[in-house]
Amino acid sequence: MLRLHYNLERVSMGLVAAIIVAASVGGIVEIAPLFTIDETVEMPADLRPLTPLELAGRGIYIREGCYACHSQMVRSLADEIDRYGPYSLAGESAYDHPMLWGSKRTGPDLARLGSKYSDAWHVAHLLNPRAMVPASIMPAYPWLTETLDTGLLSDSLAALARLGVPYAPEMIAAAEADALAQSRPDSDAAEGFLARYGERPALRSFDADPSRLTELDALVAYLQSLGTQTDAPFGILTERSQ
Amino acid sequence: MTATLTYSERRVGLALSVLLTLLGFAMAAAARQGVMSVHGFMALALGLGLAVRLGGALYDPPPPRERMQRYDDAPTRFGIAMTLVWAIIGMAAGVWVAALLYWPEATPPWPATSFGRLRPVHTTGIIFGFGGNALIATSFHVLQRSARARLADSVSPWVVLLGYNLFCAWAVTGYLMGSTQSKEYAEAAWYADLWLVVIWITYFALYLRTLARRAEPHIYVANWYYLAFILVVAMLHIVNNLALPVRLTTAESFPVWSGVQDAMVQWWYGHNAVAFFLTAGFLGMLYYFLPVRSGRPIWSYRLSIVSFWGITFFYIWVGSHHLHYTALPYWAQTLGMTFSIMLLVPSWASAGNAIATLNGAWHKVRDDATLRFMFVAAVFYGLSTFEGSFLAIRPVNSLSHYTDWTIGHVHSGTLGWVAMIVFGAIYTLVPQVSGRVDMASPRAVEWHFWLAVTGTLVYVIAMWNAGITQGLMWRTYDANGALSYSFLQSVQAMAPYYLLRTIGGAMFLAGAAICAWNCRATMRAAQGEARDRPLVAQPAE
Ligand code: HEC
Repeated sequence: MLRLHYNLERVSMGLVAAIIVAASVGGIVEIAPLFTIDETVEMPADLRPLTPLELAGRGIYIREGCYACHSQMVRSLADEIDRYGPYSLAGESAYDHPMLWGSKRTGPDLARLGSKYSDAWHVAHLLNPRAMVPASIMPAYPWLTETLDTGLLSDSLAALARLGVPYAPEMIAAAEADALAQSRPDSDAAEGFLARYGERPALRSFDADPSRLTELDALVAYLQSLGTQTDAPFGILTERSQ
Repeated sequence: MTATLTYSERRVGLALSVLLTLLGFAMAAAARQGVMSVHGFMALALGLGLAVRLGGALYDPPPPRERMQRYDDAPTRFGIAMTLVWAIIGMAAGVWVAALLYWPEATPPWPATSFGRLRPVHTTGIIFGFGGNALIATSFHVLQRSARARLADSVSPWVVLLGYNLFCAWAVTGYLMGSTQSKEYAEAAWYADLWLVVIWITYFALYLRTLARRAEPHIYVANWYYLAFILVVAMLHIVNNLALPVRLTTAESFPVWSGVQDAMVQWWYGHNAVAFFLTAGFLGMLYYFLPVRSGRPIWSYRLSIVSFWGITFFYIWVGSHHLHYTALPYWAQTLGMTFSIMLLVPSWASAGNAIATLNGAWHKVRDDATLRFMFVAAVFYGLSTFEGSFLAIRPVNSLSHYTDWTIGHVHSGTLGWVAMIVFGAIYTLVPQVSGRVDMASPRAVEWHFWLAVTGTLVYVIAMWNAGITQGLMWRTYDANGALSYSFLQSVQAMAPYYLLRTIGGAMFLAGAAICAWNCRATMRAAQGEARDRPLVAQPAE
């Protein structure tokens, strides 16, 4: 062995090849099988993709680095299930490019956040967390009152559709209008939104000001959607407890 | 920079600078607004600056003929300077965000200074800015000395260093403006990722071309590690960053991976960034500078072979230990845990090999702060790899994951091991490439050492306490079977630890600032070039 290595050390391309081989095995064995997707990810039949407004909110969540303090992955541990709700399933994040499972909980997990608080609570909390939770160490986000930039939404939906997220061509075409419509339940455009996305996504003005579409609208819409894209995890928990 | 280049090299450099200017112009023009246009202007400014500098010096006297019989140390000096610049930027950002967790009201009302945007500035600034520049700069030094050959050409080292720093600057300014892929340690925008691939290929080619000219038949062990660093980081970077841009004229993109596959790819990348960026390359540094500084050969050659291949093979498997109890399939978690534990063997073999090398030179360790930096680095390497294997055990991880224990673990590795070995290397290298025997102020090195060690200990111990407290508070039930603590109570319990952590970090930063000042003073008082010379170049392969 030592002799072999003695010779290997004299040939740089030999070393290079050996390093590549040694460092590839693990990745191939662990990652490749995950793409036999049927076994890894049980796709919930009722999984819905995010609406354009929610997707814009997700973009803000990413932009502001909320994932640095919040996870979105309830582990299958008793205390987490008691604290947050049913544990997360692989299928839930199947449309998430990228996943936002997170790695640190400076703040609580948000995977089951949808409907936990009112929109007004979220708006007040985001603008100044200490107004709602005096001991909070979460940063304030006063600039989220800015108007939402919807210019990239159609292209975003198109890109996600190419990656396999089920956005129909008419959803892509109407993305900007639908973002606005979701926050204006009384407008004519709301009809079209309902036709494309159904009754399940929330349809209301999230920041209590329907005249203007703000970043707050988008972010709160996204926060309220967390854990509501499918009912599958809740089903499993009730099955288990019976 | 220009003085060591020949006429034709200056012309090549000028051409490349013009290309960079054009690239920057094209980016800015195509994007018209937003992050990508700012980045275009940054590239344009760098390209113009370089073009002016090279153009102005085009017909200056050429370097002396015997240039080829000297090592090319100018890029190393520049790389060290950038290492220290990034150390200050990255550590200052770290101390600041640490302070924000204790004192959140201090956040100014501007988006760019928000915690979530500054945190990746800290991680990128440290890992890529500080660590990456240190790796590239020392690798040029080590490669030339251990191969006894001058770098294969004089332009590509500058391409690598300048291009790499442009990548870092793009990444960090992008986060401030709100552009991020959100993948930890891979947040930079898609075009920056592509740019890094080009730079990395240049780096790899330079490495191999220089090795091909070596005058020593054997490739020294330090180079195996640097090679593994270059190769595997390329593989990780490309696979993890595969993304579909929303438009070719914006920074926004979506990773091609989603959900559980994305999580696995991300942590395969994330943990191997630790392995091949923050470990392999720095082990290369250790294997060169420790023997040089202590004047003793590596204790066991055989052990270094075993640990090299052990690390290269085992590390790649362990990323899934970041995903215990999640939606990742159980078998993948188990593999990650198993290999994490096996990894302790080559890790401790390396640490042990380093410490055993010092056997017989303990008096030097006592008297020489530089060698002490390296000794402490080896000790922390041993400690944090043990801790890492321990935290990868599934039940332990159920307590530690998501808590500040992880942060403590990372910093025992980055402060205690990575930064310490960098400082040890810098204090060995800077006098040498300045043609001096010692640093400008040896006493400042001593001060730096004690600030660094105390800062690390304060930081790490505070975070251990914080993490274990958090983990226990989250899982404690009362007699009625209800959870005992609200999440907020666990947040409040962190305050003293977050304060201590800030103090520890500030001490470490102060030490780094002393180091930067000392290195500047040393380089300014340079007494010529490094005195060692390569053997006359002759092809060995
Ligand atoms: C510095 C870390 C940090 C960052 C960054 C951060 N948060 Fe928080 N977050 C916290 C902490 C701590 C709490 C718990 C105290 C509280 O409720 O304010 C919290 C609580 C929350 C809650 C209430 C959760 C619950 O179940 O009670 C929501 C919602 C939330 N954050 C959303 C966000 C969003 C959206 C962002 C990004 C715009 C964000 N956070 C960024 C630390 C952070």
